[in-house]
Amino acid sequence: MAFKQVSSPHAHGAQNTAKVMQLVVWATIPGLIALTWHFGWGSFINVILASITAVVSEALILKMRRRPVGFYLGDYSAVVTAVLLGLALPPLCPWWVVVVGTLFSVVIAKQLFGGLGYNPFNPAMVGYVVVLISFPIEMTTWVAPLALLPDGITHPDFLESLKLVFFSTSPMDGVTGATPLDSFKHAAGLTVDQIYQQDSLFSQAMFAGVGWEWVNLGFLVGGIVLLGSRVFTWHGPVAMLVTLALMSLIFWDSGSSQSPGSPLMHLFSGASMMGAFFILTDPVSSAVSNRGRLIYGALIGILVYIIRAWGNYPDAVAFAILLANFTAPFIDNYTLPRTYGHTDRRKATERLEDK
Amino acid sequence: MRQTWVTPGGVHPPENKLQSLTQPIGSLPIPDKLVVPLGQHIGAPAIACVSVGDKVLKGQKIADPAGTVSAAIHAPTSGIISAIESRPVAHSSGMDALCVEITSDGDDKWIEKSGISDFEHTSAKALLSIITEAGIAGMGGAGFPTAVKLNPGFQRPIDTLIINATECEPYITADDSLIRERAEEIIEGIGILSHILGNPHNILIGIEDNKPEAIEALAPHTQDTGINVVSFPTKYPSGGEKQLIYILTGKELPSGQIPADIGMVCVNIGTTHAIKRAVVDGEPLVSRVTTMTGEACEINRNYDVLIGTPVEHMLEHNNFDAQSCSRVIMGGPMMGFSLTSKQIPIVKTTNCILAPSVEEIPHNEPAQPCIRCGMCAEACPVSLLPQQLLWYSQAEDHERLEAHNLFDCIECGACSYVCPSNIPLVQHYRSSKSDIKKAQEEKVKSTQARERFEFRQQRIELAEKEREAKRAARREAAQQAQASTGTDAMADIIAAAQARAAAKTTSPEQELAKLQRAVSSAEMRVEKAQVKLDAALENAEPTEKINILSAALSGAQQKLEKAKVRFAEHPN
Repeated sequence: MAFKQVSSPHAHGAQNTAKVMQLVVWATIPGLIALTWHFGWGSFINVILASITAVVSEALILKMRRRPVGFYLGDYSAVVTAVLLGLALPPLCPWWVVVVGTLFSVVIAKQLFGGLGYNPFNPAMVGYVVVLISFPIEMTTWVAPLALLPDGITHPDFLESLKLVFFSTSPMDGVTGATPLDSFKHAAGLTVDQIYQQDSLFSQAMFAGVGWEWVNLGFLVGGIVLLGSRVFTWHGPVAMLVTLALMSLIFWDSGSSQSPGSPLMHLFSGASMMGAFFILTDPVSSAVSNRGRLIYGALIGILVYIIRAWGNYPDAVAFAILLANFTAPFIDNYTLPRTYGHTDRRKATERLEDK
Repeated sequence: MRQTWVTPGGVHPPENKLQSLTQPIGSLPIPDKLVVPLGQHIGAPAIACVSVGDKVLKGQKIADPAGTVSAAIHAPTSGIISAIESRPVAHSSGMDALCVEITSDGDDKWIEKSGISDFEHTSAKALLSIITEAGIAGMGGAGFPTAVKLNPGFQRPIDTLIINATECEPYITADDSLIRERAEEIIEGIGILSHILGNPHNILIGIEDNKPEAIEALAPHTQDTGINVVSFPTKYPSGGEKQLIYILTGKELPSGQIPADIGMVCVNIGTTHAIKRAVVDGEPLVSRVTTMTGEACEINRNYDVLIGTPVEHMLEHNNFDAQSCSRVIMGGPMMGFSLTSKQIPIVKTTNCILAPSVEEIPHNEPAQPCIRCGMCAEACPVSLLPQQLLWYSQAEDHERLEAHNLFDCIECGACSYVCPSNIPLVQHYRSSKSDIKKAQEEKVKSTQARERFEFRQQRIELAEKEREAKRAARREAAQQAQASTGTDAMADIIAAAQARAAAKTTSPEQELAKLQRAVSSAEMRVEKAQVKLDAALENAEPTEKINILSAALSGAQQKLEKAKVRFAEHPN
């Protein structure tokens, strides 16, 4: 065995795709804990249900595509997609919403495009948007945060939650409530101060919205862990968050009744942190160079704000990321780094005759 | 402390240098047979100047340089030339090349050495010719003939001499141990280089900070010499020529240029040692320090190895365990190439033989799809986008590859090292580079063929036009002649011709008379012949005469018949 031809380099670092994917899954745990604490077992059940669906459907598709099933399942990418989708879906939504969303993510958005590494769109977000458009009622019913539940009422326990997910035909009563972004959207004519005083979502919150601020903090912590372990670079997330903050500052309108909300509210509401650190950092569907990722992140920040402030859906992150996915190859063409020994950056579309 | 600059990217693989530094530089017993390849350098292979059966001494030249960019080859020990033939050599493709095999006589007897004690008073030209004749080529890895590098020409004045002692590849300690033990000789070699280059303003020895002993060893010899020992943080691949230039000077070598274009010359520190030996001691390059390391060998240390020593000889003397070894590598784990045969000899560029165990360097894992995570781009020392290059390499999109600066890739392997999907990126790039080069060559060829064809078409067309022009000219001349003489002349010509024809013919009466005369004369001849024959018959003359006379008679009769027929056929 000693004398054989192998191409250099012979040494290899310790990193591998499965480890990276596993790390991403672990990094969602603070966010998941926050979600479960404030909104009950629903998100946890979503994650488990989505993961099982993803692994089974990926295995079936791989079998049909005649690929080594174990080898590709071992990269954990299906699990990552499922976990992210499960976290994004409303807690205690019916099981078929989760299954349909996951199937769409894994089968259509990922495997039909060629599997891992070949999907132009973020699979989790494709699945999310499909169920959002198809099942608007189920998708816009959010559980109210624990702190805002009436006295004597708590979130259903785990078994009760499972029953709700699998057997309930109508959205449950008593425990649903609006999200901070919904509140802002439907509080026309009120100034920001008035909304903050009247709506317990804000009046009882520390700085953004009850429950939501913790969920976003959870994802921020997970994101910083990933950043620290160099799973991705800071460019995309920072560009998105900074642009989102800037946009909400520019259109803050000193808290008038026209104001779509404060920068702090936007940064720590909805899927801001999860989108910044877990969704737009999906390397397959994002821009590749650091400069490209700055532009890509900034574009998502702008789109998130535009959709939240003036669009019909409050779920801005999913749409913003899918729209930005479209632009990624184009951004890549014009954001090549300057190579050593060259005075200028080149364009990917440069032709030999141009020189 | 002199300022240093930081290159982008880079990786920090485990250094694994200590195990081969526990003992000083050793030597191996002389192998029975040494195989000396004729092409150990960049450029044309040397041309053998000995033949099979010749006796040679150690250091005797056995091959002459072929042209300017080439290097001489010398016998590494005394013995007999036992073969000149193709053998497997140290090349990433595992190919064979022409080698001279020397069967050692065990005496290791040197030729008469003639060194120069005062190189300061020797002309650069003379020193360069000594370096050429000593067969010195870059010992860091590329093997560029050193004399060519040291002769950049008047239009490229050199103000910076960089001595590369970086040795950034893991495992390799050949330069490190050489510096520790022979610092004085190295500094003397640098003095020679400086003299040849007209004493450049800056002389910098670039060395990574993981070699404190070597830095210390250089210190006493560099005091008050103007030579700066510059150490900088260890990072692979700081030892690349382009990277080292940037680290030490903050300047980038423009793409497609050589260091001399920006007033710099970069020489490996092992090469400076060889130059000192060649100039001062009169010893051509016949041996070098090579690291023997890896867990599949019991002994890990540096050896002063004769060029041409088969790798097998080295492995055997270090208790090589083929079972536990994953691959035998010539060079380091990042840029070295695996050997396909243990007969492959050590050459001038061999800084390391690495025999790692399977645990040390496991067998390659199957590649997973690229997820464009960008770790490769973070590791790339020349700021390429390896993930995009991979994409376009697989798509064979040559234009995109060039736009992404594929040809600035130094093949250091940092991208493959960090790739979480185990993709052999460098292999893809090498293959694309050679595809593009081939395509360019073919393009040049087809352009030439097209030009040739077009030229031929043009030439044929031109010739045809010329002929056509001549024809037209002739036609026009004839028409002009006709136009100037007019129709009278034509009539005259016809009349004259008719007159000539008329003169030839006679009137029918005359013709008839002529025929009649012919008939009567033929009759007379028949009569005469008859008379003669009769007389001969009467005189009973010999048969021959009778035969002749009768033949004459029948001839005359035939002519008469013909004349009668013609007379009868006449219209009158």
